[in-house]
Amino acid sequence: MDAVKRYFRSPAAVTGLVLLLIVVAMAVSASWFYPREPLALAGRPLIWPFSNPRFLLGTDNSGRDIAAQILYGARISLLIGGVATLIAIAIGVLIGAFAGYYGGWVDTVLMRITEAFQTLPNFVLLLVLVAVFGSTLTTVTIAVGVVSWPAPARLTRAEFLSLRNREFVQAGRTLGMKDIQLISGEILPNALPPIIVYASVIMAVAILLESALAFLRLSDPNVASWGNLIGLGRDVLRVQWYVSAIPGIAILVTVLAVSLVGQGLNDALNPRLKGR
Amino acid sequence: MRILRLAGRRLAASIPTLALILIGVFLLLQFAPGDTVDAMMAQMGGGDAATAKQLREFYGLDLSIPAQLGNYLWRLIRLDLGFSSIYGKPVASVILERLPPTILLMTASLSFAFFFGIVFGVIAARGVNRWPDTLISILGLIFYATPSFWFGLMAIVVFSIYLQWLPAGGFENIGLVQSGIWRTLDIARHLVLPTLTLGLIFLAIYLRIMRASMLEVLNLDYVRTARAKGLDETRIVIRHVLRNALLPMVTLIGLQAGTMLGGSVVVESVFSLPGLGRLAYESVVQRDLNTLLGIVFVSALLVIIVNFAVDLVYARLDPRIAAEG
Repeated sequence: MDAVKRYFRSPAAVTGLVLLLIVVAMAVSASWFYPREPLALAGRPLIWPFSNPRFLLGTDNSGRDIAAQILYGARISLLIGGVATLIAIAIGVLIGAFAGYYGGWVDTVLMRITEAFQTLPNFVLLLVLVAVFGSTLTTVTIAVGVVSWPAPARLTRAEFLSLRNREFVQAGRTLGMKDIQLISGEILPNALPPIIVYASVIMAVAILLESALAFLRLSDPNVASWGNLIGLGRDVLRVQWYVSAIPGIAILVTVLAVSLVGQGLNDALNPRLKGR
Repeated sequence: MRILRLAGRRLAASIPTLALILIGVFLLLQFAPGDTVDAMMAQMGGGDAATAKQLREFYGLDLSIPAQLGNYLWRLIRLDLGFSSIYGKPVASVILERLPPTILLMTASLSFAFFFGIVFGVIAARGVNRWPDTLISILGLIFYATPSFWFGLMAIVVFSIYLQWLPAGGFENIGLVQSGIWRTLDIARHLVLPTLTLGLIFLAIYLRIMRASMLEVLNLDYVRTARAKGLDETRIVIRHVLRNALLPMVTLIGLQAGTMLGGSVVVESVFSLPGLGRLAYESVVQRDLNTLLGIVFVSALLVIIVNFAVDLVYARLDPRIAAEG
């Protein structure tokens, strides 16, 4: 409970939480405000924001409602960010746990693989994955998750290395617990808090990666994604710059919210490190 | 010499990593729909199956996958990256042509982010929890959350379209034939916005790390000694604190080299710079898998080289590392 109190004492953390709740509310209320398909034609193309009450944020090059795309885009960003983060954490924890627990050649092999993933620029790997498996919502989400696991793997490994010879683990071993029980039941719960905090960093990066991919028109073109809209607005940047500007602000706010919440959690869970 | 040997050993250790990457990506690309010959046939406007078979034999694509992999690695040892059917040139020369803009862009962005990261980090740490610190920290958070391609587009709107101060894209003005200093200045003008765009997120990261590491070092005993000795604060920061506070920053360069290369894919596309990143994007769109594999090799190599350089710098900044090795 102390941690919760500490969290709400930080104005930055509270701001982050409020912003995140707004984005979640946008995602939830999308089909309530705009029951129609967000990628359907809605009106005249390139209406400026605030000039027509029917299209609060205006329309894009082909006459689709920008406000609707922003609301539905929140769904896509949160979905891709969330699922990709889960994938990255799952792979990372699995590899890091085995490497840290067993050490020796298991550690060497797994860390070599991790190193290979870290040496290859993750956006380049993302391009390769998209080139091979195509760009549907599912493949893009999995690809973003697959390029993001090395950092949590290293973090998990470090935690496991420091925990694996603690007394409570040795006690479990003396009781005859199996390795898998020790890893998942004893060590993992203790290793998890820093990994959960780090998840916010992964999620922030995942949202940015997907939007960059969508901007390059390499993500799923059939969903209302903020990155897609920015890419589209690029064609009319000279005059109707608002088509690109509005979704960019949405991405900025979302990523800012996620990182503020992450930092707030970090400060609340490790009060000694506050201010670093 | 000792430093060099130490860094050299780490360089040698990265050769298996490089092999692992290449084998992995090579096998991955086997799953890609269509091969080089398909791409070539499409460019030629189609052709019969016999020609396709002939071409596949010519490029060794009819062999088994392990044999193809072996061939590829053997050619790689002789620095032959294969042939790009889209550009009609060897992949190595296509990449070499595209390398200078990317290296220039990365160096410029890194210097920008590193320098201003230090400056802002020091200012924030000196006035910790006062308004300059709060302002810099908030700016850092916002920069971190800004998608680089979006910042680039908005910078184009402001500086190229409305103010018309800077060019919106390209590497140099092709309309004018220039040489010497004028050409350099022209390229520099074209690189201002891309450098800011790519450097922004790294500036955010560097200033945060610099602030944290300054705060840590400022509390150490030897700094108190320096103060007790009567040195003025500026001198303490520059001569005593900075050198130690820089260590995590240098580590970060090595860690971020790959991210920066990935970021340049997007930034080069925004500003239509003819660099490696744009080439990576084009080869994905045009299904030029040979070139894509070549780019994977070169970018991994670049990251390894940067890390080698970082090791050398690190050992210079902290002599203890060389002594311990």
